[in-house]
Amino acid sequence: MKLIFERSVAGRRTFQMPQSTFPKRELPKAVQRKERPRLPEMSEVAISRHYTKLAKQAFGVNSGFYPLGSCTMKYNPRINEVVAGLPGFARMHPLQPVDTARGCHEVLDRAREVLCEITGMDDMTFQPAAGAHGEYVGLLLMKKYHEKRGDTQRTRVLIPDSAHGTNPASAAMVGFTVTHLPSDDQGCVDLDALKANLDDTVAGLMLTNPNTVGIFDPNILEITRLVHESGGLNYYDGANLNAIMGWVRPGDMGFDIVHLNLHKTFSTPHGGGGPGAGPVGCKEFLSPFLPHSHMGARLAEVDTGDSVGQVRAFHGNFLVVARALTYALTLGREGVAQTSGMAVLNANYLMRKIEPYFPPYYNRICMHEFVLSLDKVKRSTGVGALDVAKCLLDYGMHPPTMYFPLIVPEALMVEPTETENRETLDEAAEAFAQIHQMIQDKPDSLHDCPTTTPIGRPDEVGAARNPIVRYSFPE
Amino acid sequence: MGSYLPSTRDEQQQMLEAIGLKELKDLFVDVPREVLLKDSVDIKPGLSEMGVRQEMEKIAAKNTVFQTVLRGAGAYDHHIPAIVSTVTAKEEFLTTYTPYQAEISQGVLQSIFEYQTMICELTGMDVSNASVYDGASAAAEAVMMTQTRSRERVYVASTAHPEVIETIRTYCWGREVPFELIPQKDGLLDLSALENLPGDTACVYVQQPNFYGLFEQAEQAANLAHQAGAKAVMGVYPISLGICASPGELGYDIAVGEGQPLGIPMSWGGPYLGFMAARKDMMRMLPGRIAGETKDKQGRRAYVLTLQAREQHIRREKASSNVCTNQALCAMTAAVYMAAMGPQGMAEVAQLCYEGAHYFADELGKLKGFGRVHTADFFNEFLTHCPMDVRQFEAEMARRGILCGLTVDDKLLWCVTEKMDKQAIDEVIAVIREVSGQ
Repeated sequence: MKLIFERSVAGRRTFQMPQSTFPKRELPKAVQRKERPRLPEMSEVAISRHYTKLAKQAFGVNSGFYPLGSCTMKYNPRINEVVAGLPGFARMHPLQPVDTARGCHEVLDRAREVLCEITGMDDMTFQPAAGAHGEYVGLLLMKKYHEKRGDTQRTRVLIPDSAHGTNPASAAMVGFTVTHLPSDDQGCVDLDALKANLDDTVAGLMLTNPNTVGIFDPNILEITRLVHESGGLNYYDGANLNAIMGWVRPGDMGFDIVHLNLHKTFSTPHGGGGPGAGPVGCKEFLSPFLPHSHMGARLAEVDTGDSVGQVRAFHGNFLVVARALTYALTLGREGVAQTSGMAVLNANYLMRKIEPYFPPYYNRICMHEFVLSLDKVKRSTGVGALDVAKCLLDYGMHPPTMYFPLIVPEALMVEPTETENRETLDEAAEAFAQIHQMIQDKPDSLHDCPTTTPIGRPDEVGAARNPIVRYSFPE
Repeated sequence: MGSYLPSTRDEQQQMLEAIGLKELKDLFVDVPREVLLKDSVDIKPGLSEMGVRQEMEKIAAKNTVFQTVLRGAGAYDHHIPAIVSTVTAKEEFLTTYTPYQAEISQGVLQSIFEYQTMICELTGMDVSNASVYDGASAAAEAVMMTQTRSRERVYVASTAHPEVIETIRTYCWGREVPFELIPQKDGLLDLSALENLPGDTACVYVQQPNFYGLFEQAEQAANLAHQAGAKAVMGVYPISLGICASPGELGYDIAVGEGQPLGIPMSWGGPYLGFMAARKDMMRMLPGRIAGETKDKQGRRAYVLTLQAREQHIRREKASSNVCTNQALCAMTAAVYMAAMGPQGMAEVAQLCYEGAHYFADELGKLKGFGRVHTADFFNEFLTHCPMDVRQFEAEMARRGILCGLTVDDKLLWCVTEKMDKQAIDEVIAVIREVSGQ
């Protein structure tokens, strides 16, 4: 498909600006731009058609089943979008006087109240713009807490080897070193390894529970107790909160800090990779350290002498929080538990439907997601996780997450979410069944998948070796 | 009440039976009994769609939406072309994930590639990433890009946006990197402070136009940084680039900024867009996603996420940053905005901002007590005195439907965008006359 620059014709344009009504005035020479940016020159209709063509080559939750493990691709309710578009929210300047922005503060206050209740936390900041940004804030809280106590030798963070890559990367950003904890044969924390690593250099533990293989760690109370006893803090990565909302709370499990992914659990759209929101909740003793916007803060909050400092400007991704609040108010008391219950039921139902063809790597009740391994299949037929994923594209569904978590060889991680109906799950299981048959009959044909998509498999190695990351204009 | 569960109770029961269970609770066997919630969480009962809409509208109504906005300071009230929101509301863009599966994500990947190109053109740089969270976090990430083993010290202009400064300060504290503020004189950077920078200086961060709207001697600042062997990083207001010298033209190594003015509503501070572009030799230091061009098996042009060896899911704790998302939909918003404006429109909007702000400053100067604080030239923001208590002035103006300049101590930081024409400004001047008793 043509690039937007290839559709550009010199002199074409859309007319947005009126004539100037001001006395003519020229910019001082020293600050004048010399070369004009080569932005597209197009009519409005050409822009509209260009993006409509691009949209046809994109796949959203609205396009079909999207069981992308660890991403919680649930339906994004349209009422959330309507609310986010209200002028009373969308047109608010972040530095308006407080008494002209009471509604915005109420959105944050009410979202804080609901989300703290669901997670068992006492306070929350909405500054972080994404999950990884939330992890960063959580670790800054840890760092500040130990620093305040003069416990500055605590610079080690324990992270299971099944964790998301952002966990260790975030730890490095706050100057911590990472100790990887091995998982046991059920994908859970190896208690002996944990004990062996706990001492007075440990700042804390970062844990996802249910973990990245979709299993709720049955030893969770023991784990958090051990970390606390050694003087460390427990950090809850909320990536998988959709499994447990209304059933059990991170705060009750012994966690001190929680980050949430509002774009996962609380139904706000992913937008092709953002914007999301990663609010961070904490127990009361960490509350003074939370980041705040110091220019736009409520007066009572301006003096945050112990705060770790800001991690971005203003109040965070406010419109994402407004969407999440809309969702939480819609679900209400009963809805949150039903939502998680159905997310877990759908995952178990699909896991058992697929089992005859591709057995789960951990054969037990899973939470909201489960992991398959193509390891044995790959050894015997040469067909791996990548091939199955690409083949699923031809069935009109988005493939599961591939090659994650790292502790499962040839992994496919499936998370159907609660907003899918039984027919969709049955159809997906049927697709897996047919692919299984193809592997028996014509394994080599899977290497050519997909065949029905706008492009075939791209040359990623070539892309990285010879990077072309912008359009080259013809001379 | 409301939920988005398609399954009926009967279906739920059948599905439970199919996997050999009786009730939902049976799925939570691994949760220790002492923490499994006995009651539902203590929040209100759910609402219908109509109910929740009314509730949220009621909250929104507690806000004041100003028709006249003369405040910038990091968030700007620009005209948003109608085409922008119709494109970004497309469900395929709205509801998709990070484009890992390139075969079904060419639309998103190509849009990022186009965005990257536009940002390069606007900033005069060679390479751009797919964006980060906002302008402040982009500034902090840029500063981190310049870190080497022997160069860690970071110099930040005290004339930059206070929240950008605070964000950089936080990131430096996290990484345990020395952080220094460059002093100011008459609202501009004191360039003499950049002479003889220490040998461990990693970078100098300059904002253009600065927080007071003034044009810094940006080229000289970059030269001084380079003389010390350090990198020069510029934070820039993208609208100004329609007519103002680009960071590339001024000799900077990295350009970042807040992309909100490019078609994104003010939204009480977010979601916004942090754009980041750099010289080619710094490409592999860029954090976050980057879209690249390649070919598929049949030789067709294709786009993928590339240079992933920099990133956290491969490098884990050795990654240059933990950023794993971009603000894709906001980046697309900015791209559609720039396409709708084109080079001509970008120049027009910048010229309108510049002329309007100067007209307003001149008219304000004719009133008693609203003279400018600084003498250097400015783009579309400027600081004035205020002849009365600024809080009282702000409240009086608000009562008349005008969001006046931001109160900075006992002064006012005004901003004029293209939304204000001469007549609108004259009307505001009349109101200020009345409020200040002139």
